[in-house]
Amino acid sequence: MEQVFDLATIPLRELNQALHDCLPDASKSVWRIINPKGEHAVACGVDTPADIEIRGHVGYYCAGMNKQAHVIIHGNAGTGVAENMMSGTVRVKGNASQSAGATGHGGLLVIEGNVAARCGISLKGLNIVVCGSVGHMSGFMAQKGTLIVCGDAGYALGDSIYEADIFLKGKVDELGADCMEKNMTEEHLTFLATLLETAEVTDDPASFRRYGSARSLYNFEIDDADAHT
Amino acid sequence: MTTENPGLVESNLFNRDVIHEIQRAAREGIYGIRGWGSKRYLPHFDDLVFLGASMSRYPLEGYRERCDTDVVIGDRYATKPLHLKIPITIAGMSFGALSAQAKEALGRGATAAGTSTTTGDGGMTPEERESSTLLVYQVLPSRYGMNPDDLRKADAIEVVLGQGAKPGGGGLLLGMKMNERVADMRDLPAAIDQRSACRHPDWTGPDDLEIKIRELRELTDWEKPVYIKIGASRTYYDTALAVKAGADVIVLDGMQGGTGATQTVFIEHVGIPTLPALRQAVEALTELDMHRKVQLIVSGGIRSGADVAKALAMGADAVSIGTAALIALGDNSPEFDEEYRKLGSRAGYYDDYQAGSDPAGISTQDAVLASRLDPVVGGRRLANYLRTITMETQIIARACGKSHVLNLEPEDLCALSVEAAAMAGVPLAGTSWIPGKSES
Repeated sequence: MEQVFDLATIPLRELNQALHDCLPDASKSVWRIINPKGEHAVACGVDTPADIEIRGHVGYYCAGMNKQAHVIIHGNAGTGVAENMMSGTVRVKGNASQSAGATGHGGLLVIEGNVAARCGISLKGLNIVVCGSVGHMSGFMAQKGTLIVCGDAGYALGDSIYEADIFLKGKVDELGADCMEKNMTEEHLTFLATLLETAEVTDDPASFRRYGSARSLYNFEIDDADAHT
Repeated sequence: MTTENPGLVESNLFNRDVIHEIQRAAREGIYGIRGWGSKRYLPHFDDLVFLGASMSRYPLEGYRERCDTDVVIGDRYATKPLHLKIPITIAGMSFGALSAQAKEALGRGATAAGTSTTTGDGGMTPEERESSTLLVYQVLPSRYGMNPDDLRKADAIEVVLGQGAKPGGGGLLLGMKMNERVADMRDLPAAIDQRSACRHPDWTGPDDLEIKIRELRELTDWEKPVYIKIGASRTYYDTALAVKAGADVIVLDGMQGGTGATQTVFIEHVGIPTLPALRQAVEALTELDMHRKVQLIVSGGIRSGADVAKALAMGADAVSIGTAALIALGDNSPEFDEEYRKLGSRAGYYDDYQAGSDPAGISTQDAVLASRLDPVVGGRRLANYLRTITMETQIIARACGKSHVLNLEPEDLCALSVEAAAMAGVPLAGTSWIPGKSES
C-alpha cells in the first residue's frame, strides 16, 4: 500500500524516521512525498527496498547515503543529491545543483537535466548518467565508478581522477590535471550500452569518448611537478 | 656565535639544520614530509602556572576529598550525548597512518579509562569499533570508507574541517603504507601516494555546513552528538561559525597537534599555537552565551595533567591527545633505539611516521612490524597514562579548591612571560597586567 507524506503538514523528521523504521530486509514498500518545497535531506539514509516518489523540487542532500531504495524526484534537486549513496537508484527528472552523487559508492544516479559543478566528485563506485551537461570540475578525484555525460562538460573535467571512467558525448572545455582521453574498447562499449539502457537513455554508445587517469600523479616525481600545479 | 672551535662561527640564519635541509631538497627534489607535530619553540601551557589556594582560597584534601572528573559531551541537540569519566579523549588518527593493532590498543586504553576514541581518514575498522565503548566517527573531506552503517554504529560524529598541524591542508598517506587492506577501505589503488582532498565535496561554507549537519542528524535520527573539528587559525570566527552551523561540540586543534604525515613547512609555519587559539574559542563561546553549552575539546600539545588542568582552567570542557597517546603505546621507546638509529633517527627523535617502517609497530602497515604491538599491552599502557594524568589534574584542582576539574577557572592561572599572558589572557605573574586587555 502506498504511503503518502505531505511535507506541507508533516515534519521532515517524521518522514525520515518512518523510512528509517523500515528494516533492510523488509518487503518492498511504496512512498509518495508531496510538497517538498525545497526541503533539505528528504529521504536521506534510507536502507530498505522502497519505491519513493517525490513530487516537487528538493533542497540539499535528497536521498543522501541511499541504500536499496528507488527514488524518483519529479523536480529539480539541490546540492549533493544522492551524496555518498551506496546502492539502489535515484532519478532526477529535472536539473541538479552542484556535487550531485558526490562520493557515491554504488547504485545508479540518473539526472535527466543538467548538473552544476563537481558532479561525481570523489566518486567511489557509483554510476552516474547525466542526460544534459555538467559543470566544472566534474569527476574531480573520482576513484571508482562511472560518470556518463550526454551533453558537454565544463573545465577541469576529471581533475586528479583515479580509476573512475568518464564517458562524454559532447565537448569538454578543458580536461583537468592528469585526465586524458583513453581508448574505447568493445568491453567499454558494451558496459556503456548496458548502463545507458538501464538508465533508459537512448543515446548511441558509439558517439561517446572515454576519459580516465593518465596515472602520472599516483606517485610523486619531481619532473612531473608542473602537473601538480 | 662562538662554538667549541673558536673562530668557527655558525650562521644563525643559515645554521646546520637549514644547510642540511637545503642540501636535502637539492638532492631529492621534494619537500620534507614527516609525522609528529611542530618541533620548534612555541608559547605553551608551560608558560602558565596555577595560583594554589592560600588565605583567600580553601584547598581540598589531596587524597580524601572528592574531585570529580566526569564530563557530558554533546547535549546541545543530540538525544544521546557522551558521558565520559575523564575529560581526556583520544584524537582522530586513521587506520592507514596507524596499524590496526595500534587502533585497537587506543580503543582498549580509552575504554578502560572511561573515555572515547576517534576514527580517522580511512573509515572505521571492526577492531577499533569492537575495542572502543565510545567511538567518534570522523566525516572528512575525502570520505574514505564513509558509509551510513558505520555512521550509525558510531557514538558521535566529527566533521573535520582542519587539523592543527595543517589547517587548510588535506591528508597524506604515502605509497609504502597503502597496502591492500588500507587501499581497499579507501577505494584507491594500492601503493599510490594518496593525497586527500582539503575541501569537503558537498558543501562550501558555514551556511552549507549547517545544512550538512542537519542531514547527518536526520541520517542518525538526531541521536548522536555532532562535533566540528577546526585547525587553529582564525579561531574566534571559526568557533562562532561552528556554533552557528549547529555543532554540539567544537574540537580545536592547535598548531602543536600531531599528524601522520605532512609537509614540514606546513607543520611549522601554518596555524597558531594552542594557547591563543583556546582563549579565542572561549571568548567566542562566551560572547554567544554558548560556553559550557557547546562543549570545547582542545588538542595540540597535551602531555600531562598540568596541561589538562590549564586547558580546563582556560575554559575547555575536555582535551584530546594524539602524540602522547602514541608515546604511551610505545612510540619512541628506548627499547627500539638501535632500530631507530638504523633508520637515521634515535629514540626520542623519531618522527618518520610517513615512512611505514616504525620499529614500534604503531605508524606502519608492515605486518611483521605491526605484530610487535600487542593491543592488550598497549591498551593497558594507555589506560595507565590516562589515569595518571587524570590524577595529576585532580591534584591541581584540589590545590585550587575545586571539587570538580571543570571548576578550574582563568583566575587560577598566571603567566610566566608577556607573550603567554597576552595569548592566554591571564595576568603576568606578580602583576594584574593582561597584555591587550588591561593597562598595567
